[in-house]
Amino acid sequence: MESLSNKKKVLEQKPLNLAERMYLPAIVKGLGTTMSHFFKKSSTIRYPEQEREFSINWRGMHSLKRDEEGRERCTACGLCALSCPAEAITMIAAERKPEEKELYREEKYAAVYEINMLRCIFCGLCEEACPKEAIYLDGPIVPSDYLRKDFIYGKDKLVEAPLEK
Amino acid sequence: MDINFVIEKFLLVTILFSISLVIAMYSTYAERKVAAFLQDRLGPDRAGPFGILQPLADGLKMFMKEEIIPSNASKWLFMVGPGLAMLCACIGTAVIPWGQDLTINGRAVPLQVTDINVGVLYLFGVVSLGVYGVMIGGWASNNKYSLLSAIRAASQNISYEVAMGLSIIALLLMTNTLSLKEIVAQQHGWHWNVLYQPLGFIIFMVCSFAETNRAPFDLPECETELIGGYHTEYSSMKLGFYLFAEYINMFVSSAVMATLYFGGYNYPWMDTVAGMVSPNTAALIGTVVLFIKIFAFIFFFMWVRWTIPRFRYDQLMNLGWKGLIPLAIANIIITGIVIAVVNKF
Repeated sequence: MESLSNKKKVLEQKPLNLAERMYLPAIVKGLGTTMSHFFKKSSTIRYPEQEREFSINWRGMHSLKRDEEGRERCTACGLCALSCPAEAITMIAAERKPEEKELYREEKYAAVYEINMLRCIFCGLCEEACPKEAIYLDGPIVPSDYLRKDFIYGKDKLVEAPLEK
Repeated sequence: MDINFVIEKFLLVTILFSISLVIAMYSTYAERKVAAFLQDRLGPDRAGPFGILQPLADGLKMFMKEEIIPSNASKWLFMVGPGLAMLCACIGTAVIPWGQDLTINGRAVPLQVTDINVGVLYLFGVVSLGVYGVMIGGWASNNKYSLLSAIRAASQNISYEVAMGLSIIALLLMTNTLSLKEIVAQQHGWHWNVLYQPLGFIIFMVCSFAETNRAPFDLPECETELIGGYHTEYSSMKLGFYLFAEYINMFVSSAVMATLYFGGYNYPWMDTVAGMVSPNTAALIGTVVLFIKIFAFIFFFMWVRWTIPRFRYDQLMNLGWKGLIPLAIANIIITGIVIAVVNKF
């Protein structure tokens, strides 16, 4: 039968000829290959000083966004938690008091918002589910830690820094 | 014996000893750098400019590590092993002529610790003693895997010693002497032995790869089959000595190859150069040339290591006994016939 892709190769198993059995020509060829790499530019990135740029669709640590007036966008609707396949997100909603108008955009806000980074699979569904554009996975790599409890990130680590006035 | 002789030999031995150690030290650094460059990486570059203090950092680390002697090990032999490996690696440099004679205050000072008339045999003896360090280390560890690895190392070294010895016989037929100084002197200028004995050189080189336990013949050390190899139980600087001895061995065998086949301190048009500078300078230029050859060989060792995958053990034995030994014998016969024919006419 004719193959669809034409990528099929028939493997030949001829006995080695004298030059091949002597190894040396093949070794010289191999030495040539490695020597050509000796003069190539190295692809090393000197990490602490130099960082690799992430691709535009990179999904890193979550951040809870603020609006243009510096108020938290999240209204604790729970859609992110609902859409999360790993069930990493939990939250407790609270009602905004009149004096907190500059802090939260809507009447309801997330008093507690926690993401368990050990469970999170960085699928980005929370980002997609959010109707308020409050959560984005645009942060850096989640740093390592020693204790499991330290991987439960609360609002202190997730919310963006307040706007400079 | 006159006092100048003692001073001169003492100085020479000290200098050679420190050169061997420094070169071995920086071979570890060069190895990592060469490996990195061959693999499109950078290699160590944190300790000092370009990472040149890396060997010191590695050495310090080795010394600071906890030293463990297994409770059932044969303690005395366990300690002797690395020392023996190191000693055998270091004494090989004694017979290599490092340059032409220097003239200091009217005294001819040979740049060779000793010109014994069995120089080649001495070298072979010392090299084959090196396997005792490995063997004793593997035995004294009281670890089956170490012992297996040591036996592998021993049989590998002995097998390749045979081919090495046979390959050198063809060279000795030509040179008619066992003194290294004499052999180098005969290669004056361009008459390098490698041009007359290319096959012998290739056999000798392959065997020295095996003798120094370098890739593709680095079978005594094997993480996959025998844990770490013969030095599995070693820690701290005792392990360091074993690794270090390998690098000194590499330096010595590079020096031997350069001396026997690549003309030692001889270089083309050396008579023209010698006519232009003072005799002492000319001798020192020769020494520099020899070291360039040695460094080229060391680089070649590393280049091969990062190119060719290691052999399987039966392939190694196959190559040694069925490949190299018959080739070496054929080389002897051909050389003998050619010499007989040339002498006849």
